[in-house]
Amino acid sequence: MTRTEPAPDTETHPPPPAGTAVGTRILRDGLLWSAGIALLLLSVAVAVTIGPARISVPDVWSVVASHLGLGEGRLTPIRDGIIWNLRMPRTVLAAVCGAGLAVCGTVMQSLLRNPLADPFVLGVSSGASTGAVVVVVLGVGGGAVSISGGAFVGALCSFALVLLLSHTLGGSTDRVVLSGVAAMQLFSALTSFVVMTAADAEQTRGVLFWLLGSLSGVGWGDVWTCSAVLAVTLLICLGHARTLDAFAFGQDAAAALGVHVARTRIVLLCATALLTAALVSSAGAIGFVGLVLPHAARALTGSGHRRLLPVTALAGAVFLVWVDTLARTVLDPQEVPVGVVTSLIGVPVFVLILHRTRRSA
Amino acid sequence: MTPETHRKGTPGDGLRATRITREAGGRIVLDGVSVAPPSGATVGLLGPNGSGKTTLLRVMAGVLGPGAGVVTLDGRTLAETGRRAVARRVAVVDQHADTQIDLSVLDVVRLGRIPHRRPWSASGPEDEAAVQGALARTGLADRAAQSWHTLSGGERQRVQIARALAQQPRELLLDEPTNHLDIQHQLELLSLIAALPVTAVVALHDLNLAAMFCDRVVVMKEGRVVAGGTPSEVITEELVAEVYRVRAVVTPDGPDGRPSVRFLPGGAVHARYGHDERAGP
Repeated sequence: MTRTEPAPDTETHPPPPAGTAVGTRILRDGLLWSAGIALLLLSVAVAVTIGPARISVPDVWSVVASHLGLGEGRLTPIRDGIIWNLRMPRTVLAAVCGAGLAVCGTVMQSLLRNPLADPFVLGVSSGASTGAVVVVVLGVGGGAVSISGGAFVGALCSFALVLLLSHTLGGSTDRVVLSGVAAMQLFSALTSFVVMTAADAEQTRGVLFWLLGSLSGVGWGDVWTCSAVLAVTLLICLGHARTLDAFAFGQDAAAALGVHVARTRIVLLCATALLTAALVSSAGAIGFVGLVLPHAARALTGSGHRRLLPVTALAGAVFLVWVDTLARTVLDPQEVPVGVVTSLIGVPVFVLILHRTRRSA
Repeated sequence: MTPETHRKGTPGDGLRATRITREAGGRIVLDGVSVAPPSGATVGLLGPNGSGKTTLLRVMAGVLGPGAGVVTLDGRTLAETGRRAVARRVAVVDQHADTQIDLSVLDVVRLGRIPHRRPWSASGPEDEAAVQGALARTGLADRAAQSWHTLSGGERQRVQIARALAQQPRELLLDEPTNHLDIQHQLELLSLIAALPVTAVVALHDLNLAAMFCDRVVVMKEGRVVAGGTPSEVITEELVAEVYRVRAVVTPDGPDGRPSVRFLPGGAVHARYGHDERAGP
């Protein structure tokens, strides 16, 4: 039984001492990450070839290659535009959103010690939607406040509301989730109200976009904003990876391991709120990605956040690229909002996790 | 409060709590408590529920602020020392540790290295050595790969002690580590703790276990230290009646002539009168 694990290594180094164990771990991590990145690139490459306009696979790739500075494009500007200005930013943003939401979910789950935490479940995405809608539709801030800024304030508000509610209710897993449900309903209602009453057709991308999320009609600007915020947040979270590990047995245990609990919570919750806000401003409130992926990634890498966070990000990216591809092809020529598909996948997983925590409690 | 009841350690040496007073919800939980465990000793912290044992341990660990009073580590306050530096010296084992994350025994023990590592650094050979040493000392070396969730209560406490040892502390604070364990595991765990080369402060409910394994005991009641000294000095029939409000027979029948406590039925009412008389002046 104990012999099964070190099988590939034992022939060359008879008894594996501690040093080689670290060596194989690094090697395995390297393999895992390069495989993940390769899979992500492949997924993007395949996903851009799929779409309603009939453009052959070599043509698609030649367009992408020409924009990356490799070779000449040979298509008309319209077809070139379809690939480079419609499909490509959409696919890349799907990857960025997937990665970002998965990272948010991981950090929230560890920080709140709650396997059901996720920006959507806890109503943070809905808060961000409301903030964005208030800025776009009501023109609050008179143009000085960007959509992302409004979304950030909204995300922080709903986060604060959830933490306050769950704190006064006792802070157990179920209470946090129930508080999240309350916050989500409140902010969804506010969003719908604002959009229905004040919006004209041009100003808004519609109620569905903000409540369910959609990647249609995104441009390179969205991609750059979200990528930049994702990069910063991921770095902050990786810097706190060990600290997040320390929260496994609760905040007192973390404090006893030398962690500044309050400071860490504020920094990381603000970082996740910021990332959620950026993603929601561009793609709406896509649900359950942050719930599903961290659990899948933990099964792959174990619970150490240093390895978990990058793997979760990669898994989330690949996941959402494919889910979005599915969403825009399954009812072709009609498009299903991507949030509908993620919810269809996410809700059963949510129930499964809920069931498991009930049993262990 | 009663400084003469504490044997003096070297001044400024080790972890000391001095005149700690803390309120929680308008109630005084700790009332001028001073504790100075002698270096290397196993100190039992006794007292009924709500006497402030847990709060005192949390204050001494720096998890809670001291309110009034001061906790020092080698003469410097915990705030001056810094949280990570404190965690490299003082380890804590809680009453009931649990997690929903799927961790192996090794994962849990490795958490003890967190205060020793900088944010971006990888684990070095000294981390591995500390982890392996802690596993060996607690008899868990062959259980490293086992999942936390498949462990029994006693095994979980042993894993938490291994995690605490991986911190390489000189002071170890344990809050009722024998709770919910059967007799065999209680004895095993306390022999392990008593044999560790650290200064240990252990909150305990069981007077006989405290008498058997502790070098010194400190007794708390309603947030105050009411007695301190060797088990033979402290654990007496009068003290049991006053602090726990029950009648008991204490005989020097324990190992090495340590006190052994046998409780008597129906003692509670009688003892309460005794207590009220004492509480008067």
